[in-house]
Amino acid sequence: MSARGAPRGRLVPYLLSAPAMLLFAALLLAPLLATALLSLHSFNLYKGIQNVYRLDNYTDIFTDVYFYEIFARTFRLALLVSLISILVGAPEAYILNRMRAPWRGIFLLVALGPLLISVVSRTLGWALLFGSTGLVNQGLLASGLIGAPLQFMYTETGVVIALTHVLVPFMVISVWATLQRLDPQVEHAAVSLGAGTWAVMRRIVLPQVMPGILAGSIIVFALAASAFATPAIIGGRRLKVASTLAYDEFLNTLNWPLGAAIAVLLLVANLAIIVGCNRLIERRYQEAFG
Amino acid sequence: MAFLILDKLTKLYGETAAVDALSLAVEKGEFVSILGPSGCGKTTTLQMIAGFVEPSAGRIMLDGADLLAVRPSRRGLGIVFQSYALFPHMTVAENVAFGLEMQGVPRAERLQRVSEALALVGLEAFAGRFPRKMSGGQQQRIALARALVIRPRVLLLDEPLSNLDAKLREEMQVELRQIQRSVGITTLLVTHDQAEAMALSDRVVVMNKGRAEQIAQADEAYDRPASGFVASFLGKTNVLTGIARVQGGRVTLAIGAAVWNLEAPAEAGPTTVSVRPERISFAPAGGLEGVVRARIFHGSQWLLQIETPAGRVSVIRQNNGERLPQEGERVGLTWRVEDMRLAPGEGAAT
Repeated sequence: MSARGAPRGRLVPYLLSAPAMLLFAALLLAPLLATALLSLHSFNLYKGIQNVYRLDNYTDIFTDVYFYEIFARTFRLALLVSLISILVGAPEAYILNRMRAPWRGIFLLVALGPLLISVVSRTLGWALLFGSTGLVNQGLLASGLIGAPLQFMYTETGVVIALTHVLVPFMVISVWATLQRLDPQVEHAAVSLGAGTWAVMRRIVLPQVMPGILAGSIIVFALAASAFATPAIIGGRRLKVASTLAYDEFLNTLNWPLGAAIAVLLLVANLAIIVGCNRLIERRYQEAFG
Repeated sequence: MAFLILDKLTKLYGETAAVDALSLAVEKGEFVSILGPSGCGKTTTLQMIAGFVEPSAGRIMLDGADLLAVRPSRRGLGIVFQSYALFPHMTVAENVAFGLEMQGVPRAERLQRVSEALALVGLEAFAGRFPRKMSGGQQQRIALARALVIRPRVLLLDEPLSNLDAKLREEMQVELRQIQRSVGITTLLVTHDQAEAMALSDRVVVMNKGRAEQIAQADEAYDRPASGFVASFLGKTNVLTGIARVQGGRVTLAIGAAVWNLEAPAEAGPTTVSVRPERISFAPAGGLEGVVRARIFHGSQWLLQIETPAGRVSVIRQNNGERLPQEGERVGLTWRVEDMRLAPGEGAAT
């Protein structure tokens, strides 16, 4: 009599998830597969894309220092952005969580603000602010702190600042979600046992929000490593990262197979790092928090 | 001089007083309960002693020194929280050791004292476990061990048993009292459970709307409540209205057809009295007449509801084999004059 036993009943969950599965397959899996296949083709300046299946593009990438440098820059930027996001976002979330209504809501909105602005206008805003005649440089010059304009545009520093700005909210949300689950009496308990402010932070609060910080880091890292608009506008054509490199291969050089190979490598590297970190977190925290 | 003294302790939130000039003196080794309904200010009182809430006025003295001048982390109080507030990322042993670590107790002594504390609450075998994997009763014991291991000057218990089921709660009450006696620690318990407060403490403080209505031994407060609030909050009571008559120096009180001779002077006219349900017995003849409407079995005792001209009266009788009236039966109720209290807040009837 039970619905689980009936063949029709067993089909229901699959039928219900079919539309989403179809969408997923058509819009994500199919293009990914096409990209992977495309990366095996070869490209000739005179004859265009050749329908062959070879690993030439990958050997090119792995043997050329030019590509190596770009991938190293991509992950160096992503790592830096993740670290700064932890340093900025985790305390930000803690302070937000401590605020009272209505300030908490207002400042949460401010903290999440960067996500509400279109990526293009936000990045152009940074470009205006960073330019050699931008507000930051004019202010510093006027105050006499520097003699010549600082170079932000087309530098890694500029890209890191702009990326951190837009990605910090993900860290804040992630840490915030963990903080919400903490029992405020636990901090009181630590105080009653003789812990000062610093000891409470380091021994009680930080270990408990660590899963949130690591989860936020994974999100920030993945988004930073695959970001396109910010490195494209702030970094420009010279300071390439993996995503802008793939873009250039597709649209400027028209070497689609090479672009596809770069995209596939970026995806694989990103996946490997994220899955590895996730495993680490699960193993470390399952016992106490599972 | 008492060990812990609250002197006109007051906490204002805006215009309203959460705690209103509460004064209390606790002797060394004494177990005192602060009892009251939610919002009566009992938890605020505890938090002021712990240092998590700043008093608006008044003083707290511990062992002759001003406690309010001491930072919360230096007050040396052991606190057991309602939610237990265990550190989820630490093992049981690490939880208990935390306070000793903060005091800078050397490692060897720390291990020794942690295992002693765990033995005291019967959890030696669980030292390496994480709290989340343990039952409510076990978590409660960890919290108690963690508070006691630092050898606190006062133990503060904030509704420590309210998250346990009834059977476990009773077991823990006995255990808590034994541990408190054997350690000899001055203890302040905050609870809304009158049975718990009466079972555990040497004295109870019955609080209502931020004020202490009565500070007395539990049986004293139960038998001679200082106010109508105390009478109704501590256990069940019947409130009955009768007519008092004064004739030539003799005062009589008539409830329905039953008449009592009062020894205390009283005003003539309608008078309200309260009688505990367990003090009422069935009269062979006469008394306050009524009809049994309900019989409720509680195992060791029966609760009977009797409809009388003065209103519905609850009667509790021991389940000792004596015959009890059936539902629908007509009965007469009687009680001794000294079991009756003029209510509310009129003091003794005798």
